[in-house]
Amino acid sequence: MTMRIPVSALIGLTMMVFFFSLAVFAPLIAPYGIGEVVGDVWEPMSAKHWLGTDNIGRDLLTRMIYGARTTIFIASAATVLSFTLGTLLALGAVVLGGWVDMALSRFIDLIMSIPTLIFALVVLSVVPTSILILIVLMGLLDTTRVYRLARAVAVDINVMDYVEAARLRGEGTRWIVLREILPNALSPLVAELGLRFIFMVLFISTLSFLGLGVLPPDTDWGAIVKENKEGLVYGIPAALAPAVAIATLAISVNLVADWVLNRTTSLKGGRNA
Amino acid sequence: MPSHLILLVIQRLALGVLLLLASSVLIFAGTQILPGDVAQAVLGQSATPEAIANLRTEMGLNEPAVSRYLKWLFGAVQGDFGTALTNGADIGTSISKRLGNTLFLAFWAAVISVPLAILLGLIAVRFRNRWPDRLISAMSLATISVPEFVIGYVFMFFVAVKLRWVPSVSMINDSMSLMQKLQSIALPVIVLTFVVLAHMMRMTRAAILNVMESPYIETAELKGLSRFAVITKHALPNSVAPIVNVVMLNLAYLVVGVVVVEVIFVYPGMGQYLVDHVAKRDIPVVQAAGLIFASVYILLNMAADIIGIVANPRLRHPK
Amino acid sequence: MRDTVTHNLVEIRGLKIGATVFTPGEKPKDVEIVHGVDLNLEKGKVLGLIGESGAGKSTIGLSTLAYGRGGIRITGGEIFINGVDILKNSMGELRDLRGRKVTYVSQSAAAGFNPSKRLMDQVVESCLSHKLCSRKEAEERAVRLFRKLGLPDPENFGMRYPHQVSGGQLQRAMTAMALCPEPDLVIFDEPTTALDVTTQIDVLASIKEAIQDTGVGAIYITHDLAVVAQVSDHIMVLQHGRMVEYGTTDQIINNPQKDYTRALVSIRSTIHDETPSRGEPVLKLDNVSARYRGLNFDVVKDVTLEIHPSQTLAVVGESGSGKSTLARVMTGLLPLRQGTVSFNGETLPAALEDRSKEQLRELQMIYQMADVAMNPRQTIETIIGRPLEFYFGMQGAEKRARVIELLDEIELGESFLKRYPAELSGGQKQRVCIARALAAKPRLIICDEVTSALDPLVADGILKLLLNLQEIEHVSYLFITHDLATVRAIADTIAVMYQGNVVRYGPKSQVLEPPFDDYTDLLLSSVPEMKLGWLEDVISTRKMDSAGN
Repeated sequence: MTMRIPVSALIGLTMMVFFFSLAVFAPLIAPYGIGEVVGDVWEPMSAKHWLGTDNIGRDLLTRMIYGARTTIFIASAATVLSFTLGTLLALGAVVLGGWVDMALSRFIDLIMSIPTLIFALVVLSVVPTSILILIVLMGLLDTTRVYRLARAVAVDINVMDYVEAARLRGEGTRWIVLREILPNALSPLVAELGLRFIFMVLFISTLSFLGLGVLPPDTDWGAIVKENKEGLVYGIPAALAPAVAIATLAISVNLVADWVLNRTTSLKGGRNA
Repeated sequence: MPSHLILLVIQRLALGVLLLLASSVLIFAGTQILPGDVAQAVLGQSATPEAIANLRTEMGLNEPAVSRYLKWLFGAVQGDFGTALTNGADIGTSISKRLGNTLFLAFWAAVISVPLAILLGLIAVRFRNRWPDRLISAMSLATISVPEFVIGYVFMFFVAVKLRWVPSVSMINDSMSLMQKLQSIALPVIVLTFVVLAHMMRMTRAAILNVMESPYIETAELKGLSRFAVITKHALPNSVAPIVNVVMLNLAYLVVGVVVVEVIFVYPGMGQYLVDHVAKRDIPVVQAAGLIFASVYILLNMAADIIGIVANPRLRHPK
Repeated sequence: MRDTVTHNLVEIRGLKIGATVFTPGEKPKDVEIVHGVDLNLEKGKVLGLIGESGAGKSTIGLSTLAYGRGGIRITGGEIFINGVDILKNSMGELRDLRGRKVTYVSQSAAAGFNPSKRLMDQVVESCLSHKLCSRKEAEERAVRLFRKLGLPDPENFGMRYPHQVSGGQLQRAMTAMALCPEPDLVIFDEPTTALDVTTQIDVLASIKEAIQDTGVGAIYITHDLAVVAQVSDHIMVLQHGRMVEYGTTDQIINNPQKDYTRALVSIRSTIHDETPSRGEPVLKLDNVSARYRGLNFDVVKDVTLEIHPSQTLAVVGESGSGKSTLARVMTGLLPLRQGTVSFNGETLPAALEDRSKEQLRELQMIYQMADVAMNPRQTIETIIGRPLEFYFGMQGAEKRARVIELLDEIELGESFLKRYPAELSGGQKQRVCIARALAAKPRLIICDEVTSALDPLVADGILKLLLNLQEIEHVSYLFITHDLATVRAIADTIAVMYQGNVVRYGPKSQVLEPPFDDYTDLLLSSVPEMKLGWLEDVISTRKMDSAGN
């Protein structure tokens, strides 16, 4: 089986690798310290400061690299949380059925009847803001969407004759969930993983932009937009750098997710590639 | 309208009311029963024990949660949300003015985005898999991948700051004429339009395609009907309901998009009011604004469902 | 050459049809699906197009409307309708052709009608859009057709919406819609295939009568030779987009020239000789009743049956007769409400969870849709090997050797070990399912409509395989089916089910011999026979109306 990766997915993949390397190796790559004031306020781009400096004279490139680290870390952690929890709850609900399924599904419906952002704002008005709290809050809120998708997928698979055949054979719940349902639920879920990650990036950026997410001395892309937004009025584009970074990351992940989705649908049709 | 259809609609209305109630419980609980002391959270770590005790009494925190909730809910239903902790202003009064501003903004965004989305959706279907469709798809993929505030600042930077066509902040007050107001909100309206356009267009496209691929469209084509007759007589009657549904869902989405857009353009609406008071930990205001946002969202979703029920021929003409 | 054309209503020469296949992740590929077909049809005659799935029969039918579904398009040849090559027609001329000169009746009228418009509006639409007559006149025509087609309350039938009438009625309504503009040619595309057996015959008879009365020419497309033999003057046999044989109906049925046609004609002729019952019954049902949760009536009512070793009990009935529910009761998926199920003389626990592994092993099941009965992410080796591992603890080389042995038994062989279900044809998939059931060394296999999703020749192969395996493995079958031809082919004992009751039960020789009860008579008379004039005989001697009317 030869793997042919379309150009769009290749570009997406390259950009993703680039951003994730920035995140992982931030302290090694960043030219200055994260909070180090190294120049004047809003210096233009130069050989010394590739992206110029920010609203209090810190190196913008350095801020961006550390911002990538925080943004990607929070988004990844929250995605892992929402994914694990959502999938497990959904599979459990489908296999156990009955009132467990009923109660869980109605509760999720209720949570989803309130817009995610509004719910997050309400909660953030009370709890102290920290990176851990943000991850847990975002992860839990997004669990609802993963649950819905995973449940829909699992319900479809659960009524398939091959699952019934396994039941008639006398297989236990473990086998049915792990060997019959999960392998078939995985591909639509993996494609969704990319979309959930984008959602998390947009979510944490929005919260930070509103001043309710990542707080100093840490920073992320949304916070950098917030710090530098006043400059826009004077024609200083510093705030646009993180904006472009967010958009690029999101589009890259989208391109890759699109490709994964296509590949999995082609698997369903046949394996003669 | 047949009686069982009325029954279904009433059922959905009842479910909507139930959801409203349940969401009010959630919002209340979200601000009250979370770990940590609310009064402590409001005043910060350095507050003296007396100050905290005073605030607790003032907020009624010494009463049991259930009675506090009921008091709050009955007040809210009558438009009485209490007073803000930060400046003692009556919340109901502040909200009514800001809600008007927000609805004004959302209304104009809807007026522009809804017809535009449907038109683009139709174009995408008409030129399916050809370049107009691909272009529209690519653009919507791009906008979906970008947060609202990015679109907002890009527009602000280029249209307001570089080109100086419109002001970069959207001030609005009662002394302004309608034209002045419209000029003032031009940028936020454009940004909001962008925010919902992509979703709405993709969903419209999918809804129309779904109808166009039905076998009864083939039947109509094989009757020798003109393209126009096929669309107006057979496709449209069946796609109105899904499109209206799409519009409703996106209006609900738009109401949330307003929050961020208002902050970008410093627009005096509900969204900015909410965000400001979250930062100040002014819980009564957050509860009130959160409840109103959630209610609008739930009502629009309910409307979408009810339209779906009423438009279903199987339910309208029972056996 | 022009004047040879004018004699015929339809004349197709060298028709080639292509399609574009979109495989995700690959470049779109053009393939040819019809490779040069010639066809003639005189005015007022009926031509039957017959073939298995993929033969290109629907595609050819739709080409007379210059229409192709999806990416299908006509790539070569000429199609003359009344002497005019419609492939040279402009869009406007095509609209004139469609719905006026040529009309179409599809397999699923339920999907073919617009759900939000009344039937009458849709039936008269062609007449009005082509300005053939006034609305009043068109409605009168429609009512006459409704009456002719045996629809209830013909004056008011048109006021209903599509979802308010039954499947059989919709199929008739679609025929009325096709005949209303008084076309020269009607394309019937499997119009009765989706209906229940007893309903199919009534609809078929009314279609035939309507064709004869109106004198319209027709192309009748179906996979069922016995059906088409009842309505057509000529028959064309197609395979893989090529013509195999063409002739009068009499000639095709009674004197087929090609092997493929001969095979199609002899499909329903397999008859298994009944073996006498010996020994204690393998499975015994005593006064079994069952219902689904939330229902206040029994779906299976007081059923008593026995299955003997190495024998086949066929449970036959239409949709809603309770035959599939009976299978769910035996497997324990639906615990019974009353009565007992005993296996090898001992009573089986009602619910699946309470049965022992040994009890589960001895009762295996094969499903109708083989594609969804196998996990698409498992190889054939895993699928057949799992019961060996699960019940007998086989591992490694021993397990593989047994899997290969089973693959040989189902005539597939070792090369299939590493394949996935998606790479197999429909018949091969069903064979793998049979092997999976046999792997457990069961005493009884429940076969739920195992051949009804397959093409007739493939289905025949599966039936023969099952009979062979019964000889070798001494296994009993409980065969659930709606098709009496299948019953003749395989059963030793037969139970006829109707509305949850067993209305007739006994050895095949007795059940299929008169005197019959009314329902068995209806059911028996509904199986199309490979015989000219059969339809008329049946309709005139029926004692009972079919359920679908």
